[in-house]
Amino acid sequence: MPFRLNRLILRDHCRIAPLCAVFAGVFLGLFAFSAFVATPALAREDTLQEIEERKAWDEKRKKLREERRKKKGVTKKKSGPPAEKIKIAFLTQEIKIPPALSNLDPVLTDEGVYGARIAIVDNNTTGKFLNQDYILDEVTVPLDGDLTEAFKKLVAGGHRHVVVNLPATDVLALADLAEASEVMIYNISAPDDALRNEQCRANVLHTIPSRAMLADALAQFLVKKKWKEWFLVIGPREGDRLFAAAVKRAADKFGADIEEERVWDFTADIRRTASAEVPVFTQDVDYDVLIVADEPGEFGEYLIWRTWDPRLVAGTQGLVPTAWHRAHERWGAAQMQNRFRREAGRWMTSVDYAAWIAVRSVGEAVTRAKSTDFTKVKEFMLGPEFSLAAYKGIKVTYRPWNGQLRERILLAAPRSLVSVSPQKEFLHPVSEVDTLGYDKPESKCGNPG
Amino acid sequence: MKPSVRMKRVLRRRGRLAVFGAVFGAVFAAAFGASWGLSAAGAWADTAYITNEKDNSISVIDMDKLEVVKTVNVGQRPRGIIMNADGTEIFVCTSDDNRITVLDAKTLEIKYHLPSGPDPELFILHPDGRTLYIANEDDNIVTVTDVIDKEIIDEIPVGVEPEGMGMNPSGKMLVNTSETTNMAHFIDTDTHEIVDNVLVDTRPRVSIFDKEGKRVWITSEVGGTLRILDGESHELIKKIKFDIPSVNDEAIQPVGVRLTSDGKYGFVALGPANRIAVIDAQTLEVIKYILVGQRVWQLALTSDEKLLVSTNGVSNDVTVIDVEKLKAIKSIKMGRFPWGIVIQP
Repeated sequence: MPFRLNRLILRDHCRIAPLCAVFAGVFLGLFAFSAFVATPALAREDTLQEIEERKAWDEKRKKLREERRKKKGVTKKKSGPPAEKIKIAFLTQEIKIPPALSNLDPVLTDEGVYGARIAIVDNNTTGKFLNQDYILDEVTVPLDGDLTEAFKKLVAGGHRHVVVNLPATDVLALADLAEASEVMIYNISAPDDALRNEQCRANVLHTIPSRAMLADALAQFLVKKKWKEWFLVIGPREGDRLFAAAVKRAADKFGADIEEERVWDFTADIRRTASAEVPVFTQDVDYDVLIVADEPGEFGEYLIWRTWDPRLVAGTQGLVPTAWHRAHERWGAAQMQNRFRREAGRWMTSVDYAAWIAVRSVGEAVTRAKSTDFTKVKEFMLGPEFSLAAYKGIKVTYRPWNGQLRERILLAAPRSLVSVSPQKEFLHPVSEVDTLGYDKPESKCGNPG
Repeated sequence: MKPSVRMKRVLRRRGRLAVFGAVFGAVFAAAFGASWGLSAAGAWADTAYITNEKDNSISVIDMDKLEVVKTVNVGQRPRGIIMNADGTEIFVCTSDDNRITVLDAKTLEIKYHLPSGPDPELFILHPDGRTLYIANEDDNIVTVTDVIDKEIIDEIPVGVEPEGMGMNPSGKMLVNTSETTNMAHFIDTDTHEIVDNVLVDTRPRVSIFDKEGKRVWITSEVGGTLRILDGESHELIKKIKFDIPSVNDEAIQPVGVRLTSDGKYGFVALGPANRIAVIDAQTLEVIKYILVGQRVWQLALTSDEKLLVSTNGVSNDVTVIDVEKLKAIKSIKMGRFPWGIVIQP
């Protein structure tokens, strides 16, 4: 039918042939032109197929490179002193796999390790010019295994830098061992604020943001938008309560109001029932934004679109403050995203990113301090000269008063980067990034760093 | 789209007139195209070509009129852009296509592609006019391509995320900077071996030799510095830390560099500080900051060196600066994320 219609119209217009031909000529010209100009922009991120193609291409190029060098008669230089060895350990323990809460995201059991591996490769690419050799030892303690023993074994084996993907209690237990006194522990996953305050240790650095940093990053953005009336919904877990506490602190700090606070205490899977439960649960509150504290992701996703009033959701779901996100592509991050996906076959997480930073920090400090001596490396890392580029547009450094990494925090929706905190309206006498988390004057960390 | 029998008959019946019409249409279209082409080539004026990173296109500016005369599609994520030795061809790093796209400078049509290895970002042509050195940002490699045989002749392993590419006037020494390794690699262009590695400040972006090859200027984006090294010994001559009142240190991110051939000025683009630093190339002191568009990235000078042009990624424009007065005189709207720039005499 549409084809017939077109033909009729065309025939009608074609009564006056010359005009028709001009018409057709211009039309065809424009068509060709638009086809050329309006090429749709393709997605930046590689598809799985492209990742595989690239890997194969890399292999082929490597072979060609070797052949070319053989032809040239270049033999590897073996003269000179042996490379200095710098050992870094990656320590984690198996976890009980929690029930799958989403059909979309796999439960990850390998967080962190790929970040560490990529950083080791980066360290060694630099290291080959400086005669340094970085070695990563990966240790996963079984569910019923002895974490302390594993740690002691690493230290006995000469490890001074131990990257740990462990909960706060384990981080603390390891840091307090006598064997840990001459070791630096890099916490890549525990966001607990207590670890940065009352329970801080001189031998622990935190490359993952604290809950306070995340909450402050979100609060700055919402206050800047003048969405200052919050409805706080808190999940049943310990982490949820701690995140909620950080949100309350942030509200106080930046002048927002918690209009209402409700505890979500249902542990049932609500995938099928959210539309019935959530409206009732969110009734009779006057607010701008619902802030959800649900670290494991048990229900937060199901608040969105189901609230009684048409309101936005932020916090652990909805608009999330995070160190890393798949939507992040600024400041060279696109390269890191692709590199990570080629290596791991999945997207990079904040824990992977924190592991990358930890291992890169060791490499950077060794290179700049021009020493592998533990004390010198540690001093340099916490000193004012330390500067690491980590795809955030500004250098990342460590706060000497509590060992926390200073970094920008991304505010991300599922498919777009909404903003990056600190927001420039919040001033700081030293570094804007120190408006996030516990600043020096409010730190309850007794150790001078 | 096959014309029906009846349509064919109609066309045949009005054949002669139709032929006339078609010819008229074609002439009209050709004339239109030619006038475009002519204004793009320009009889006397310099022409600036700017890559729009997120529009997959290049914008063409007539430097006499200071107007965009044409926008052409080139391929995915165009970044680095240079001309060949005799100015007849434009080379563009189309990063996401993993190759170099070569355009005819007159017609702005794509002539051919050159192999580059993955993710080419910046590159430099040897004075022999034939050997092209390409930084592969995503692969820790500098690829060497023969532009006549159109094939890769060598790959030089360098630091992580190579970017800046500079060459001394004799073409004997190539300097490449790697963003994550934080080094300047000096490469002998005869042997393709690295002869020296110099640690510089965090995330080095651009490296450039001066006209005599006596000095190398290297910017570090995250370190916020410019290092000037001796072209022979590679010793540090001076490290400049930029200090702009009312601009946060973290916003000062030096990237693009251009030097006037009279040895008077060096210009450094300062990224999100939205300014260009003017440096006295003799005393190596900053003498002025010129306010331009947002996230100023790369720079280019016209052939008479009277005008300097900066690409401003976030404000999607270029700023034209009067070099004598050291003043911004005009902004010109570009596509999305203008990145690289080259000016043809």
